[in-house]
Amino acid sequence: MTMLELANINTYYGSAHILHDVSLEIGSGEVVALLGRNGAGKSTTMKSIIGLVRPASGSVRFSGREIGGMPPYEICRNGIGYVPEERRIFSDLTVFENLEVGRRPARSDAPSWTVERLCELFPNLAERRANRGGQLSGGEQQMLTIARTLMGNPKMILLDEPSEGIAPVIVEQMARTIQELKREGLTVLLSEQNLHFAKLVSDRAFIIESGTMRYSGTMAELSDQPDIREKYLAM
Amino acid sequence: MSFLQVRNLAKSFGGVQAVADVSFDLGKGELLALIGPNGAGKSTCFNLLYGNLRPDSGSVKLDGLELIGLKPRRIWRHGVGRTFQITATYGSMSVVENVQMALISDAGQSIRAYGRASNLHRDKALSLLDLVGMADQADRATNVLAYGDLKRLELAIALAHDPKLMLMDEPTAGMAPRERLALMALTANIVADRGVAVLFTEHDMDVVFEHAHRALVLNRGKLLAEGSVDEVRANAAVQEVYLGGGTTFGEGGA
Amino acid sequence: MGFIVAQLLTGMANASALFLVASGLSIIFGVTRVVNFAHGSFYMLGAFVAYSAMQVLPGFIGFWASILLAGLAVGLIGLIVEVCVLKPIYKSPELYQLVATFGVILVIQDLALLVWGPEDLIGKRAPGFEGVVMILGERVPAYDLVLIAFAVIVLCALWYLFNRTRAGVLVRAATQDREMVSALGVNQSILFTAVFFLGSFLAGIGGAAQLPKGGADLLMDFNILAAVFVVVVIGGMGSIIGAFVAAMLISILQVFGVHLLPQSTLVLMFVVMAVVLVFRPWGLFGREEQAGEHGGAGPPQEPLRELSGRGRLVVAAVIGALALVPVFGGQFGTVLFADVIIFCLFAASLHYILGIGGLVSFGHAAFYGGGAYTAALLVQYAGTPMELALLLAPLGAGFAAMIIGWFCVRLSGVYFAMLTLAFAQVLWSIVFQWTDLTGGDDGILGVWPSQWASDPVVYYYLVLVLGTGGVLLLRAMAHTPFGYALRGARDSALRSEAIGMNVQFIQWMSFVFAGAMAGLAGGLFVFAKGSVFPTELEIAKSFDALIMVFLGGVQSLSGPIAGASVFTLLQDLLSRFEYWRLCLGLLIIAIVILFPGGIAGAGNWMRSRFSRAEVSS
Repeated sequence: MTMLELANINTYYGSAHILHDVSLEIGSGEVVALLGRNGAGKSTTMKSIIGLVRPASGSVRFSGREIGGMPPYEICRNGIGYVPEERRIFSDLTVFENLEVGRRPARSDAPSWTVERLCELFPNLAERRANRGGQLSGGEQQMLTIARTLMGNPKMILLDEPSEGIAPVIVEQMARTIQELKREGLTVLLSEQNLHFAKLVSDRAFIIESGTMRYSGTMAELSDQPDIREKYLAM
Repeated sequence: MSFLQVRNLAKSFGGVQAVADVSFDLGKGELLALIGPNGAGKSTCFNLLYGNLRPDSGSVKLDGLELIGLKPRRIWRHGVGRTFQITATYGSMSVVENVQMALISDAGQSIRAYGRASNLHRDKALSLLDLVGMADQADRATNVLAYGDLKRLELAIALAHDPKLMLMDEPTAGMAPRERLALMALTANIVADRGVAVLFTEHDMDVVFEHAHRALVLNRGKLLAEGSVDEVRANAAVQEVYLGGGTTFGEGGA
Repeated sequence: MGFIVAQLLTGMANASALFLVASGLSIIFGVTRVVNFAHGSFYMLGAFVAYSAMQVLPGFIGFWASILLAGLAVGLIGLIVEVCVLKPIYKSPELYQLVATFGVILVIQDLALLVWGPEDLIGKRAPGFEGVVMILGERVPAYDLVLIAFAVIVLCALWYLFNRTRAGVLVRAATQDREMVSALGVNQSILFTAVFFLGSFLAGIGGAAQLPKGGADLLMDFNILAAVFVVVVIGGMGSIIGAFVAAMLISILQVFGVHLLPQSTLVLMFVVMAVVLVFRPWGLFGREEQAGEHGGAGPPQEPLRELSGRGRLVVAAVIGALALVPVFGGQFGTVLFADVIIFCLFAASLHYILGIGGLVSFGHAAFYGGGAYTAALLVQYAGTPMELALLLAPLGAGFAAMIIGWFCVRLSGVYFAMLTLAFAQVLWSIVFQWTDLTGGDDGILGVWPSQWASDPVVYYYLVLVLGTGGVLLLRAMAHTPFGYALRGARDSALRSEAIGMNVQFIQWMSFVFAGAMAGLAGGLFVFAKGSVFPTELEIAKSFDALIMVFLGGVQSLSGPIAGASVFTLLQDLLSRFEYWRLCLGLLIIAIVILFPGGIAGAGNWMRSRFSRAEVSS
């Protein structure tokens, strides 16, 4: 069953045309990687889905409903969680207050999370519950930002460059977390530049370049096509 | 005596020891990588070296001259160039004007209230842009440059006053893998040509292992390991706190 | 001892209203990033509404019900302002929002005049607290104690709200990153409106509660604004406890100041602020502002290009047309266009520091009026001839800018804006209060040009030469290394420091230069009118300049010229109506909402549209 479907979306920043007729679809329970270089349009695609930027044309359907043009909070309430690249935790708020901001009522069609369950998934957060977000290490902040999004009990989460700028050992931990979320039945779209990491967690991949979708296939297929990797990912 | 001599550098914030007793040396023409987990103190270390923060104790000597206590602009005048993790360029100027500004400042002309700034030092600025392969974009507006080009522009700016030492904070962050290696290759060439000493932080282990001569590993503010990149890579403690199983970079995962 | 305690209590009582208004301002700013300049107006409305309500509602319950009612009414007005004026422009650069809130000030001023009339109103005593309480042998008004308790209760209630309720946590989160909060499912729009209601409510009850002590009048709005900004700067933007402590500190010092040295009160407030800023630039309880977090004048600008041949031709044509004004415009046109040229210079000088330097000054009238008063005082007391006075006017203004700028360039963004406004207000107060020297409200009269320039047409040509000369000098300066260094500091102070530039020094000197140019405009103005009044220094004058710059658009060097011309002609037209403030205010709001790029911005937009059409066709 299709969870999310983008059809020919075009997104602009001011007069700059960033996304050109981008289409993709993700099935329920899938983990899909959106690969591409910096500036290729990965983050803009993510922001177009969550509504932080509004596509000028095209359709965004989620669980059979058109969500394109909705404000971010409504899209979130429809069941999409967004984990931004810059983490954007609330540094003046405590860890638990950060989680409180993300809290939404449970829904029948998605895994349901509580502070207790998230503390099991991310043991560090429980230890540091009373610390301010700004006092956490980079890795802990990355965990907190995912936990905060899960508090909204989403059906699907968008992870924007989860491995960017963190230590390899934390990246490995991140991979385990994503695998765990997949087991819970969550649908995941993650944007990545790190192909090694994407391979560890995703079923399928899309490649975006200059705001245009260039490739779609399974992770295994991509591994067999070094020319594609060379051309669009420069690796 | 080595060219850059860092001794017992320490800094704490509200009781948290961000950098504790860090000492190292850096010679001319050497590329030294500073790596470690997030929050290990790399940024703090950089800010201490560049005068943005004042250490609680310790000493930083450049060619025998104490840098601690100097403001960033003074440190720059003593021949230290800097690039930033998130590029810091003048968005409302053209590419070549960005380099010209560094040259104008070097010539002590930044408060000159006559004449056109865009006519000063243009030739030297163009030759610096040529060095980093940006000459063809000299007259474009900086705010339309691709990210990788901004990083190269930063390198040209940092080279403007013929620095003896360059501090590069995540020089390749946000670039595509091949661009990363190309930028560091360029840097390595310049280092070799001009005998500049370079200290850089980096998360991309492929870049570090390919180009750094030596590496320092920082963890929880302390120096965990130091040595050639191969030694560091083989170090069990470094693998545990930082590198992990090597599944997420380089040949390990491929 | 008793005396000291009594004074302490008086100070604390005075602090009550200040705290309420400042905390409201702080809360609104925190979440919406709007510095609500109309907050003083909300405070004034609170006092007026409560006055009217108390006429109807009797007794003890009526009194407190009136205060609550005033708070709710003002909250509602704030809500309407947020929904109608600010919501459409949240995506515009912050500075347009400030200009819009200034439009709101003008509208409220005239509406209050319409409803309550020009007379000062004296508030009723609070039933049950009319008398005095003896404390250590000193008489302390009972209502003072009520006000102190009131402030403490509000402080505690706010603390509880922000730390113990979900709504409060959401507000604090939105203060840091409102976009992220909305991506986490919180309806940002409702949150903004609610916060605006709360902040306005606080200003309203602040105005209402001080009614028995201070009454209600039409000057309350600007009178409290400078003090509120000082409190917020000292306490730290966004900190409620900071607002409380700073309000107490300022008010208590002021009460003692009055006794020790009556003239010192205003200066005292600023000395305290200066000391705090030197040691803690972000205020006692403030958080350091991240670079570029706010206060920016919009998206990055295009590189400056040398004026093309056609551009030079346009400039020459405009100057030529201005030279012909006395020939075709008659006496009326000559006087009007002398004003236009003077305001063009004033606006261009503000644009230099604001557009090129990215330093948003809200007190630029300090230098315009400073130049005007320098010239007028020289003529009055030293019999200085016009030629020398016109030379010394920019020097006097530049000297003022040197002192004020030294403090201000230590800050950035909204802090810088508020500090410049506060300093301008000090200068205004000095001129207003030092009647012996300046004539106070009566101004200085009889400042006429030298014999040779006494004919309005000759003086017009003098204005034309010096005015356009000043504008061209400002423009040329933008192209020099000094001007580039200033622009560089705006684009990236981090980079400037990293290539060896002394950013603060460059900004300071630029501030002085812009101030001196404003002083030249002020000097020209004083000889054109033959007189000067404190209005040339007041907040409204600073706002005039801001509006001119924003009308014209911040992004282009020609913007302030266009803006000043349109604004001056418009004001000339509107000032014939009785309620011209109302008209002007509504017009400003309409322009800000409809043309967020200003006049020149709209021109550029059209040009780029056409040129793109050419390329694509």
